[in-house]
Order: sequence, then C-alpha cells, then structure tokens
Amino acid sequence: MIRWLTSRHAGILPRDGGDPWLAAVIAVLCCLACLSAVGALAADRAAHGWARQLRGEATVLVRPRVGETGAEAAARAAQTLAGVTGVEEAAAMDRETAEALLRPWVGDAVLADLPLPHLVTVRLEREAPASAVTLSRALAEAGVDAAVDDHSLWRREVERAAALITALAGAAFLLTAGAAGLAIVYATRAGMAAQRTLIETLSLNGAPDGRIAGLYQTRYGLLAAGAATAGTAVAMALVAGLRALGGADGVTPALPLAWSDVLMLSPCPLLAATVALVAARMTALARLRGGG
Amino acid sequence: MPVQPRRAALTASATDTVRLSGVDFGYADGPSVLRDVNLILPAGSFHFLTAPSGAGKSALLKLLTLEARPGAGRLELFGDDAGTAPRSALPGFRRRMGVVFQDLRLLDHLSAFDNVALPLRLAGLKRDAYAADVAEMLDWVGLGDRIDDRPPALSGGEKQRLAIARAVVNRPDLILADEPTGSVDAVMGERLLKLFQSLNRLGATVLIASRDEALAGRAGAAVLRLEGGRLTGDGA
Repeated sequence: MIRWLTSRHAGILPRDGGDPWLAAVIAVLCCLACLSAVGALAADRAAHGWARQLRGEATVLVRPRVGETGAEAAARAAQTLAGVTGVEEAAAMDRETAEALLRPWVGDAVLADLPLPHLVTVRLEREAPASAVTLSRALAEAGVDAAVDDHSLWRREVERAAALITALAGAAFLLTAGAAGLAIVYATRAGMAAQRTLIETLSLNGAPDGRIAGLYQTRYGLLAAGAATAGTAVAMALVAGLRALGGADGVTPALPLAWSDVLMLSPCPLLAATVALVAARMTALARLRGGG
Repeated sequence: MPVQPRRAALTASATDTVRLSGVDFGYADGPSVLRDVNLILPAGSFHFLTAPSGAGKSALLKLLTLEARPGAGRLELFGDDAGTAPRSALPGFRRRMGVVFQDLRLLDHLSAFDNVALPLRLAGLKRDAYAADVAEMLDWVGLGDRIDDRPPALSGGEKQRLAIARAVVNRPDLILADEPTGSVDAVMGERLLKLFQSLNRLGATVLIASRDEALAGRAGAAVLRLEGGRLTGDGA
C-alpha cells in the first residue's frame, strides 16, 4: 500500500536529505519567535500595570508651620486632600509606618533619633485622577506648606524602559522570522542548484516558471507549516507551564503572563508557512529568470 | 502492415512545423556553431539529421527546443516566431513538442508511470484524466508490466522506450529525438524506429538526430546533414 501511494502519488521534486534539518531549524526559530512575542506582550503588560499603579498614587511631603507638630500638619493636609475631586483616599503616614519602611535600610539603632519626613499618601481615582497641580493648589489654599510628588518621573522611566523591552522583544521576533525566511531562501537556492537537470527537464516538458516555482513553494510551505506547528506547540507548552506554575506573574512580576498569550501564538504556523511560501516562490522565480 | 514515413515537402507553407531562415548561433564568447542555417520541416514530415561530432547538432536541437536563441535569423515553430518570443510564451511551444534527450533525463525518483505522466501533470491534468492514456502508452512501448518500476531498475533499452513514451504521451505536433537508438542493440533500434514511424503516421512531425546513416536509409526518411555549422540535404 505504501509502495502504491509513493509510486502513484510521488511528488515531482525528489526528497531532499536536508529537509529534516531545515525543519528542525525552522521549528527552533519559530519557538524562539513565539517566546519573543510572548516576552513583548508580557513586558508591555508589566509596563502598563506599573504605570497604572504609579499613576494611581501620589506622595505629599508636609512641612509643619511654627507651633504645629508634624503629625498635626500631616493630618490637616490629609483632610484637605481627601476633599479634592479625583482623590479616592488620603492618609497621613504615622511614624510607625515610616519607621517600618526605613528599618530594612538603616536598622533599629538609629531609627529612634532619626528625624523623619511627614508624609501623606494619596490614592487617586483610577478613571479621572487629580493632577499634582490640583493637589498643590488645594494644599496652598488650605495654607499647608507641602511638596507633591505624583511619581511622574518614575512613571516616565518605567514606561520608557518597558517600551524599550517591548521593542527589543518585537525586534527579536521579527529577526527570528526573518532568519526563518532566509533559511528557506538558502534551502530553495541549494535545492534548485542540486536539481538543475530536473528543472530543465520540467521546463522542456512545458512547465511554466510559475509551475516550477509552485513546486518549491508547496514543498517549503508545507515543511515550514509542519515545523512551525511543532515549534509553536513547544512554545505554547512552555508559556502554559509558566502561567500554571507562576500564576498571573509567570516566573517574575516583570513578565506577567496570561492564558490568552498561549492562544495568541496559534497563528504562528500560518505566519511561518506564509513567510516560507513567499520566500520560496520569490527565490525560485528569481533563479528561473536568471536573477538570483 | 509496415508504416511508411512521410516525405518532406520542400516548399514553405503556412503548415510548416519548423522554419529556420538564415539562423546563426554561437555560444557566449565562442565562434559561430551554426552559420546561415535554413530549414523547413513541413507538418507531418519525417527527417533524419546526421552530423559528425562537433558539427553543431546539439546547438541546433537546443534552438529547436528553445533552450537557446538564435544569434541572427528567424526561428518559427508552428507558424509563430519562437526565436524572439518572451520567456512566458515558451511553455506553450514546448507543450506542442516531445523531446527524447540523448541522456534521456528520466526522473529516477519517479516510477515509470509518473515519468510518462510528467508532461500531463505539468499541463495541469488530473490523474483520472491521464491514467488510462499513460498505461496505454506504457503498453505500447512494451513497458506495461514495469509500470511501478523506477528508471534505475530498467535496462538501457527500456529506459530509452520510457523516454520516448514520455515524449509522445501528450500527442505532440513535433517530436525531436537525439540519438534515440544510441544505446540499444540493432533489434531494439529497429523497433524504436518503427515506433517513430507509427507516430509520424499519426500526424507528428519527426526529426531524429542520429550518427547512424544506415538507420536513416532503412527508414527511407529525408536526410539532413550538418557539417561545419551548415545544413544541407532535403528540407535545408
């Protein structure tokens, strides 16, 4: 039966001993491309999460007036800020909380003598947060001497770093996809060079260039689709494993994963097959027409 | 009943399968291989082409199969200018011709069946449409029992017949055969000659390139001689 199938439905192009190796290379490249894509998604998600968190908070440093304790000044500032539109909650940070934050850095020995700043932590409304200017104006009108830090400096740095990581991951994805395309170009050229007599025979038997290119296009398109399916399956299993083991944070909060990331990878075999089809066809036509 | 080959008509007509007028040809940076070649092969004619080694026989066949273009002069196939036709038009000419190459150019990874079916597959026909024709053609050349065998399993004569079957399976208007009896014994040579005569009787124009002038004589066909790049004889 197998002999019947192979003899009656044999492909016009002979089997190439290099095909399994090419398939392995494409599978690995596709797996790397998938992981790069997930990395880009996760970095983007982390950046947005951190920026959203920073955008939702502000810290106010209060300087007490003469005859007023720091705690009183902070309480007054918190009361003022709580009434500002766009503020969800404002609370003066008590000394115990401030000491708890500093203890890991300076230790217990000097904490008692250390003059600590009087801070108010402000939680802003998520949808329409009050700006630093609004908060400063409200404090000034209430006669509170204070400096507002809305974390905009940090936020910009975080967003810039995340955008850079996302761009790098995206570039890695494009480069690996390009490398897969180049592997197909190389394989097509090598295959056509090795099968020069066969191509001449096909041509002299009336095959147009497009038909001959189509043979290579079909071969490498199918090969890439199969190899990319394997590579994508491995990448999907890895991402699913990390998501299952690490929860929404994946392995680290810096790269949070979602179950949707696994599904997002499913078009990769189609993409790889398309890259292979285009690369093989263009290479074959260029060679047949003497251009490459 | 023996098949009688058709004699070439020596006057040009609209039905000429091949017309070469003042054709020169030389390989890149080399001297001229063919000089001022004039040739008319009327439709349904049967010609032998004889040439000593290096006389330009391969070059002439390359021109006729459109693997090469004339350096000067005009090449017409089936009434159309083929010498300057764009590359995209070449498959149309080639589908009307069947070529038996000197080195046969069989595809070793394909069965005898698939080798013969190749021109039909390339023409876009489905297996159902050509399977019976291919099987019949293999029977006709005496390879009906070798249908699943690949060329490396066939003898020299069987390979030659397989190449001929592939060349004629799509019923071409022009058959070009380069030394088709070169690697077979005399008995097989006669058998193959009869095969070409049968195809000619069915309407195909046949040009056989062979060093065997005796074979040409036995076939009673018009003979063209190519010497020093110049063509002489019936049809030239």
